[in-house]
Amino acid sequence: MQLETTINGNTVTLDFAAGEFLSETLRRYGYLSVKEGCDTGSCGLCTVWLDGKPTLSCSTLTARMQGHEITTIEALAGEAEEFARFLVAEGAEQCGFCAPGFAMTVLAMKRELKEPTVTSINHYLAGNLCRCSGYKGQMRAIVKYLGVK
Amino acid sequence: MLEIENIIFPESLGDALATVETDPGAVVLGGCGYLRLGSRKIATAVDLSKLGLDTITETEHSYEIGAMVSLRTLETDSCINVFASGALVRAVENIVGIQLRTCVTLGGSVAGRYPFSDPITALLAIDAQLVFQGAGRISLQDYLTGKGLRDILVKIILPKDERVAAFTSMRKSTTDYAVLNCAVARVGTDFRVVVGSRPSRAIRVEAAEKHLAANGLTRETAEQAGLLAAENLSFGDNPRGSGEYRRKICPVLVKRALIEVLDAA
Amino acid sequence: MDYVGRKIPKIDGIGLVKGTPAYTSDLSINNNALIVKILRSPHASARITSIDTSKALAMPGVECVLTYKDVPQTPFTLAGQSYPEPSPYDRRILEDVVRYVGDEVAIVAAGDEPTAIRALAAIKVVYEVLTPVLDVESALDNEVLVHTAQPHTNFDVGCDASRNIAAAHSLEFGDVEAELARSEVVVEQTYRTQAQAHAMMETYRASTSFDVQGRLQVMTSTQIPYHVRRHLSHILGIAKSKIKILKPRVGGGFGGKQTASVEIFPAIVTMKTGKPAQLVYTRQETFSCTTSRHAMILTVRIGADRDGTIRVVDIHTLSDTGAYGEHAPTVFWVVGQKTLPLYSSVCRYHGHAVYTNKAPGGALRGYGATQGTFALESAVNELAEKLGMDPAELRLKNLIREGDSHEALSGSVAGAPEVLASSTLHRCIERGMELIDWKKKYPGKNLAPHIKRGYGMAVTMQGSGISKIDTGSVTIKLNEDGFFTLSHAASDMGQGSDTMLCQIAAEILEVEMEHIIVASFDLDTLPYDPGAYASSGAYVTGRAAVIAAEQMVQQMREAAARLLKLSPAEVDYENGMFTGPGEVQMSLSNLATTLCSFAGMDQLVSKGTYGGETSPPPFMAGFAEVEVDLETGESRVVDYVAVVDCGTVLNENLARIQVEGGIVMGIGLGLYEEVRYSSSGRLATNSFMEYKIPSRQDIGEIRVAFEESHEPTGPYGAKSIGEVVCNTPAPAITEAIYNATGVRCRSLPVTAEKILLHLGN
Repeated sequence: MQLETTINGNTVTLDFAAGEFLSETLRRYGYLSVKEGCDTGSCGLCTVWLDGKPTLSCSTLTARMQGHEITTIEALAGEAEEFARFLVAEGAEQCGFCAPGFAMTVLAMKRELKEPTVTSINHYLAGNLCRCSGYKGQMRAIVKYLGVK
Repeated sequence: MLEIENIIFPESLGDALATVETDPGAVVLGGCGYLRLGSRKIATAVDLSKLGLDTITETEHSYEIGAMVSLRTLETDSCINVFASGALVRAVENIVGIQLRTCVTLGGSVAGRYPFSDPITALLAIDAQLVFQGAGRISLQDYLTGKGLRDILVKIILPKDERVAAFTSMRKSTTDYAVLNCAVARVGTDFRVVVGSRPSRAIRVEAAEKHLAANGLTRETAEQAGLLAAENLSFGDNPRGSGEYRRKICPVLVKRALIEVLDAA
Repeated sequence: MDYVGRKIPKIDGIGLVKGTPAYTSDLSINNNALIVKILRSPHASARITSIDTSKALAMPGVECVLTYKDVPQTPFTLAGQSYPEPSPYDRRILEDVVRYVGDEVAIVAAGDEPTAIRALAAIKVVYEVLTPVLDVESALDNEVLVHTAQPHTNFDVGCDASRNIAAAHSLEFGDVEAELARSEVVVEQTYRTQAQAHAMMETYRASTSFDVQGRLQVMTSTQIPYHVRRHLSHILGIAKSKIKILKPRVGGGFGGKQTASVEIFPAIVTMKTGKPAQLVYTRQETFSCTTSRHAMILTVRIGADRDGTIRVVDIHTLSDTGAYGEHAPTVFWVVGQKTLPLYSSVCRYHGHAVYTNKAPGGALRGYGATQGTFALESAVNELAEKLGMDPAELRLKNLIREGDSHEALSGSVAGAPEVLASSTLHRCIERGMELIDWKKKYPGKNLAPHIKRGYGMAVTMQGSGISKIDTGSVTIKLNEDGFFTLSHAASDMGQGSDTMLCQIAAEILEVEMEHIIVASFDLDTLPYDPGAYASSGAYVTGRAAVIAAEQMVQQMREAAARLLKLSPAEVDYENGMFTGPGEVQMSLSNLATTLCSFAGMDQLVSKGTYGGETSPPPFMAGFAEVEVDLETGESRVVDYVAVVDCGTVLNENLARIQVEGGIVMGIGLGLYEEVRYSSSGRLATNSFMEYKIPSRQDIGEIRVAFEESHEPTGPYGAKSIGEVVCNTPAPAITEAIYNATGVRCRSLPVTAEKILLHLGN
C-alpha cells in the first residue's frame, strides 16, 4: 500500500504492507529513535505524537496515517535536549532505551497539563515503563524541568 | 504476526455495514489495541475512521459518544468528567497508559464485550444505550446478554439524568486489568449495582438493587448490598485471581462504591 | 581535577535521550540482513521423531532452514563466565530432544520477517511427547530425566544428570547440628522465591556478517563480549581471531545478557549462507526462551540464645535451574557466600540445583544473594519475634563488623579466614532507623479500622567482582594533540561504567573528562575484560583504570623529562602542564604532538590490569513502610529507606539511581512479579500484560542514604553497588506486611489474594 502523510513537518509517501504498524514503518524509514519493547502495547517505548497526541506507534496501523501528522523526537531536538539535560543531571536515563518514548510523553505532558503535580505526572506517564531507574530520578528531573512546586 | 490482506475505508456507514454483511472475512477495526496480540490473518479490515464517529455530542436528553471516540478523549472531556460523578472517567483512567488510551476506542471496548472491561461495567450502571447501523438502538444490557451482532456500532448513548455513580476496582498493580470491578449508581430512588471481571462479563445484581430501592442507601444497606452481590453472583478463577478471592472482595468494592455515592449527596 | 565523588552526567546520556541511533538494531539496519526466526517446541519434553523442512525451504525468499541434522553437535554452556566455566556443558545448538516449551527446534532465515514466520509454520515436526518434570520438589531422583546423558563439566560441581542434579554443594563451618542442639531458641522455616524476569527494555538481539577479511562479525547487545567470542569459537569450531565482536549501547541487561542467549543463531546462519543475518527476540521469546532468576525453595534454621546471641545458621536450598544449567552452580553457591558471613561463625550451606523441564534459570542482578537474603532475613525477623526482640537490635548485636573475620568471606583460605576490611553496616542500620523513625513506628499502626501500616527491615551483602578469577584491563593511549583514548570491555549496559572509568582517569590524568574518549565498542581494539557482571565495573575495571592512568602519568613525566633533558624526578605534572626547575614548562598537548612526531617518536600507551584477591562486600540496610488494606489484602510500599555502604561513592547520581532501580526491582520481586506456568509447562506470564513489573504509580517514596566506608583494595576506597540494592525489599516488605496483618507470606510474590485469604487464619 501507499499513502501520503506528514512526518516531522515533511510530506512523505509511505510504502508498506497493509498489516504493518507505524513503529515498524518509521524505523524502516530511518526514524531510529522509535524503539519497540513489548509487542503488547504495554511499555510506551514506541511513543510518537499523532496529530500532537502521544500515541503507541506499535498499535497504530500505518494504513490509517493518510493525512495525519506524525512527530518523532528527531523533530524536537532542541526541546528534547533541554529535557535531556535535566534527565542526565539525575543519572536517570540509564540504558536509554526507553528514553526517547519517555521524553516524547513528557514533552506532550508539558503542553497538556496546566498545573502538573507529582500525582498527575505519575498518572500521565504510567504507560512508560522503565526497568533501570526506579522512576524516582525521572520524577526529580521532571519536577525541576517543569518547575513543579 | 498480523497479516491484513486488504484494508478498506468506507465512505458511509451503509457501505461499512454492507461489507460486514456480505464479506465473511471482514473485521471492523476499533482502536487496534489488541490487534497485534497473537498471530492473526484478516481478509478485509474495515476502518471507520473516515465516518466522523470520533466526537462526543451533547443533546437535550443525552450524551452521544461516537464509537471511535478514544478512551483518552473520553477521559479529558469536561462533560463526561462531571456526568454520573465522572464514573466513566474513573473506569478508563487506569487502563495501561495514556498512549494506549489515545489509540483504543470506547466502541471497540463495547463491541468486543470484553469480560475484563472496566468501561462496560461503568456503562451498565449508567444505563447506556447502543446504536448499531443495522440493528438500531438496543440497550447495552441486552447486547451483553445477547448472542452478539455482526453489525457496525455507531454510538453509545448516555441518558442525561441526575445520576450519582461510582466506580471501584481491585487491581494487582495500578495499570493491570481489574481482578474485579464494580459500578453503582443512584437514579432518584432507583439503584444500579454492577459487578464485572468476575472474570466473566459485567452483570447487574438485581437483589442488591432491589434491597437498596426498598431500604434506601445507608452505610448499613451499602454493606448489605455488597453481601447480596457476593451471594447472588458466580465468580470464577483466572490468572488474575481465584473465584474465592473475588467473592471475598466483591462486598468490599460494592460497599465502597455505594458509600462514595452516599457521601456525594 | 576532583571528578571522583561528583554527580557527573553519563557521557552518552544526552545522545540516548534524543534518540541517536546507538543500539544493535539501530546500527545494523542497512545491511539487508536475513531475518532469523526460531521454531520452538510446543512441548515441555519431547523427542523429534521426524522433521521435514522441504516445504519451508521451497518458499521464495527462504535462504536456509537448519535442524539438528545441519549444525555442529558440540556441547556447550551459554553462561558468560571466565573459562573454565563452572556451568555444565548441557546444550547444543539444536538437538533431536526438546526440554522445555520454547526450546529451539529449527532455525529459519529469510529475506523478510513475514516470509520467515510463514516458513516456520511450513516445517513439519513429529514429536514423541515425553512426560516432563515440572515440579522442582520431585525433580531430584525422579525416574524421568531431563538430561539422559551426563554433561561435561570443567571441574566437579556436583552435576549428576542421572539424578536430575545440575549442581550440588555443601559447605559447613563448625558443627551445625550440635550448635543447633545447644541453642535455646531455634527458628526453622521454608521460603520460596519465583523465577523473576530481567525485563530489560531492549530484548535480546544480535546481527552477524562476514567482514572484508572473512571474519565473522557479530554485533550484539551483551554484557559479556569476550565470553561471547569464546563461546562462538568453541561452538562453531573457528578460531577466536576469526571473530569480531561489536558491542553497541545495551538497552538494559540485569544479568540476562550475561548469558549468550541469541548470538549463536544468526552466527550459524551467516556461516551457512555467507550472508548478513539478524535476530531480534520478541518480548514473548525474551520471557519464555532465555533465562530468569533461579526459583528456589530455601529452608533456614537459626539457633540462638534467649539473650539474642545467634549461635548458628543453616541454609538448605533447592534451586530450579530449568532445562539447562546456565549459572546453576555459581548462583547456587552465591546464595551461601553472601549470607553465611553475616551472623555466625558456625554455619552451613547445602543443597542442590536441579533440572526441570522449564525455561532455564540464569544470572539476574543479585545472583543468588537475592534469594538467600529473602530466606535468611525473613528467618532473622521471625527469630526476633520469637525472642521478643527488636529485629534491628537483634541484627546490631550479631552482625559481622569491620575487622572481624569469617571463613565464609570471599578470599578466605583454609585456616586463614578473610578479614572484613570495610563495613559501615551497623551505621547503615542506625541511620535507617532514624530516617524511618523506627523506634517510634515499629511494628505498626492503624490508620483506619481496615487500613494498617506495618514496618519491616532487612540487611544484605553482595560482592565486588569474583575474587581470584575475574580480571579486567584498561588501556589508555595519548593521542596526538593531547587527548586520551581509554579502552575497556567492561560493557556498559546503562549503569554508566564508561562514565565512571572516564571520571577515574580524568581525576588522575588531571584533564577534563571531554579530553578522554572512552572506547568500548569494537573488541578488536579493547583489552580483555570478563564483562559487566558480579558487580565488577567500579571495583575491578575501576581499579584497572587507576593503574592504567597512574602508569600514563608516569610515562608522560618520563617522556617530558627526556624532551626537557631533565630527570623524571625533576618533572612535576599538574593540570595538563609539565614543569621542571626554573621556568621550564611543557604543555600536555605539546608533549603529545612531539611524541607522535619524528622528533619525539614515542607513542604512549599505558595499561592496567586488576583482579581482586578478595571480593569486598558492599552492604545495605533496607526499611519498608507498607500500607495494607485489610478488606482487600492490597499492600503498597509507601516508604522505603535504603542506607548503603558501597565504600566510597564514585558518582553520587549514578549510585543513587542504582539503589532506586534496584529497590524497585526488589519491590517487584516482593509484590508484583508473578510467574505462572500452565499445567503442561508453558510459561503463561510471557508479556508485560501478564508479567507486571512495577509502574511508576505502584511505587511510593524511596529514600536513599550512603554511609561510606573506605575499602582499602578499592579504587578511591570504592566497592560495588549494582546488585546489593535489590536484595532487601522482599524480606523487609513481607515483615512489614506481617506486622500490619499477622500474615506471614513465605512465598513470593505476596499478592493481595494471598494476604486476604490468610487473614484471620
